[in-house]
Amino acid sequence: MESVGNIIMYFIIALAIIVFSVLTVTTGKILRAATYLLFVLFATAGIYFQMDYEFLGAVQIAVYAGGILVLFVFAIFLTGKPGQSSEPLESAKKKIGLSAAVLGALVCGYALFTKAGICSALVSQPIDVTINSIGSMLLSTEKFGYLLPFEAISILLLACIIGGIVIARKR
Amino acid sequence: MDLTLLMYLIPSLIMFCCGVYGFITRKNMIAILISLELMLNAVDINFVVFNRFLFPGEMEGMFFSLFAIAIAAAETALVIAIIINVFRMAKNIDIRELTKMKF
Repeated sequence: MESVGNIIMYFIIALAIIVFSVLTVTTGKILRAATYLLFVLFATAGIYFQMDYEFLGAVQIAVYAGGILVLFVFAIFLTGKPGQSSEPLESAKKKIGLSAAVLGALVCGYALFTKAGICSALVSQPIDVTINSIGSMLLSTEKFGYLLPFEAISILLLACIIGGIVIARKR
Repeated sequence: MDLTLLMYLIPSLIMFCCGVYGFITRKNMIAILISLELMLNAVDINFVVFNRFLFPGEMEGMFFSLFAIAIAAAETALVIAIIINVFRMAKNIDIRELTKMKF
């Protein structure tokens, strides 16, 4: 049995995710789409906090809501007039998009509901996910250690920094 | 009333399908990128939720999401650099009019 606060929090988060993700892809103004995306990302961070992964929620807010959204807003301001609305969609393209989304939702939803037997209730976390354990797992070479992906990510970030500078500089 | 696995997968499924719809219908390159972020985010939620409900006590799903967030950030920065470069050359980021690199 969940606490009432947890359930109310879940419904707020789920409603926010559904409403704002629909608004993100249907709104005409691109800056509004970015703002609705921000709300979706915050709601996702809420899910992570509810799952007891506080560090992941903090990373989600810091990197996604703090970093990527700012990049988006800057790119929108640099590449067009902010008040500009997009033109109405061609009906053929809209039909293709809608049918792809609805078909995907139906297939996945059918699979989810027929396998509803695997749905277990939320059990309390047997181990606590502290910054301490996350840090030691990231840098360990033992079983369940993540040193190799950690190093690969650092190479990737370096490549991205250099690539970003090379692509975006003035010639 | 219990919060089950299914209750978290449904919002994530709707989020992913919204991403698919936006990816197909949008014309602006930044709007397409925003739809892509929506899809990536839905997948991250799935990793974390499966990890928490089916394998509590382990942290594989959480680490996978952590790395996915880092890669998404890097990818977004690079794509926005490309978009700004395209805008500088073509004065436009509408995908219907960017046909120079076709063929």
